[in-house]
Amino acid sequence: MNVETRRLGLYGLLLGAGIFAPLVFPAYTSQVAVLWIMILFALTWDVMGGQMGYNSLGNILFFGAGMYISAVVQIGLYYDVGEYTSAFGAVKVDWTMSQYLTGIAVGLVAAAVISALLAVIFGWIVFGLRGPYFAIGTLGVAIAAGELVSAWEWVGAGGGISMPVYPGEPDDRSLIFYFLSLASAVATFVFLRWLYTTRFKLAINAIRDDEEKAEAMGIHTLRYKTVAWAVAAFFLGISGAIFGNMIGFIEPLEVAFPTVTFGIFMVVMSLLGGKGTIWGPVIGATLFHVIKEVTWTHLLGWQWVALGLLIIVNVVYFQQGLLGWAQDKWPELFGIVVEDRDRAADGSGGDDAGAARRAAE
Amino acid sequence: MTPQIEVEGVSKSFGGVRANREISLSVPQGKITGMIGPNGSGKTTLFNSIVGYHPIDAGSIRFEGQEISKLRVPQIARLGLLRTFQQTRIYSKMDCMQNMLISLPHRNARWGSMFQAHPPEARERAERLLEFVGLYAKRKLISGDLSFGQQKLLEFAMALMNEPRVLLLDEPTAGINPTLINGLIDRLKRANEEFGITLFVIEHNMRVIMNLAERIYCLAHGELLAEGTPEEIQSDQRVIDAYLGAH
Repeated sequence: MNVETRRLGLYGLLLGAGIFAPLVFPAYTSQVAVLWIMILFALTWDVMGGQMGYNSLGNILFFGAGMYISAVVQIGLYYDVGEYTSAFGAVKVDWTMSQYLTGIAVGLVAAAVISALLAVIFGWIVFGLRGPYFAIGTLGVAIAAGELVSAWEWVGAGGGISMPVYPGEPDDRSLIFYFLSLASAVATFVFLRWLYTTRFKLAINAIRDDEEKAEAMGIHTLRYKTVAWAVAAFFLGISGAIFGNMIGFIEPLEVAFPTVTFGIFMVVMSLLGGKGTIWGPVIGATLFHVIKEVTWTHLLGWQWVALGLLIIVNVVYFQQGLLGWAQDKWPELFGIVVEDRDRAADGSGGDDAGAARRAAE
Repeated sequence: MTPQIEVEGVSKSFGGVRANREISLSVPQGKITGMIGPNGSGKTTLFNSIVGYHPIDAGSIRFEGQEISKLRVPQIARLGLLRTFQQTRIYSKMDCMQNMLISLPHRNARWGSMFQAHPPEARERAERLLEFVGLYAKRKLISGDLSFGQQKLLEFAMALMNEPRVLLLDEPTAGINPTLINGLIDRLKRANEEFGITLFVIEHNMRVIMNLAERIYCLAHGELLAEGTPEEIQSDQRVIDAYLGAH
């Protein structure tokens, strides 16, 4: 069995687990749905933070923006947004199934596209900042966004918005949002996996390692940085739209722009699994989410202490994350080897058998 | 024939320090030109001015007839005027092949080029150039783990990968052991002859620069002190005084 078949088998197994989880363990549907969102968080944070070395603390901005954009679109398609929000949920609107689904579909697309555009605009402002200044600058933008929405009457200000109510069985509803979460995380993974096979990955890695050198070599650094953030924002916008509908009620500070919970979790999950890799954020998010859910259930009252401990152990002893640590320990497994042309020629002799044998090793 | 780089009356000050004062020089196409001078004489400042690292206070810099003193670093690099750094700079967490592949010329890069896969020709070229500098066997190693001398060779190979028309080299042999230096001189000459790249080299090692350059400029205290063939420079009393500190 060669590497490619094994890899496809692994993907199939994971995807199958994702699809059958809510059918086998219906009690955990919403926890696992949030896990997919967490994986999406970690993957999108890593585009900038891990691959490009720009540690954004404000990526939650696009999650919240997507959530609000989708809400406004879903309501605005069939109702006056200002009137709906000013009544604080007292307006009783019955959405037909087709209205509801159309709203979600259009809302998702709008959330993705507009969030990406926001990233282009904010990128133009904050990409002049480097290192810690960029981190603090993006954090400031995200906090400001939350406060601005809190003061914006048209979108319900601090009072929030009750999302359109699903016109069907509650069980169907949770399955719909489960599969939307799963699909968004899988789409993010597949897209990034492709993106990281192109010149794009090497360019943003070059920016991470030495941006001045990258400029001196003629790389269009601003172009790459802008696209990297827009890609992250695109998928974060989608996740915000899904999450808002899944929760059913959105408000600015705790749900849409939670900088100190979700906003920090994305960073921690990437670091835990190993930043700058594709599997690191996935592993980190899964581990983090499981630990978080277990401590919330069994260590209530101490859950933040447990999470804090995890973060400290991570940044003190495993700065490279689990995958980074593994790569340091077993570099050969990651293809970091000295290889002479002579030896390569002996091994393959230009024939297919040798190449296949090397691939199988 | 007009020179490939023409520097005319360039001045640059940092606060009260006048690092370059009305310097004029020219680099002819297809040749190897040298620049020497004691520490702090303004050589690297002039390099930085040429590649657009900072704005100049006065003067003009032309590359193949085009005024470039207002352009920025990446734009100048894309014209084919490339520099290497005195403190070697490579992408230290990437392997050598990745360092090479991303050093492809970005001259004609469009938005769509960002998402291209690496063409097999680029891989072959990268491997050939790594072989040229003797790093082929180490191509899968993380470049930051290489020795300093090897990193310098990698930086040189990356510069060649970029297909420059002119290469500005800031002390290419600094920190390299004497036996490797001969090999490097040989490779610089071959890059000049075989690939037709014009070289403009800052160098402290007199043996190296006298061996390499056809024409040498000497800076001292931010001013152009002397210019000429290696023989003329070697016997110029002002140059000897500058190096021995007679000023």
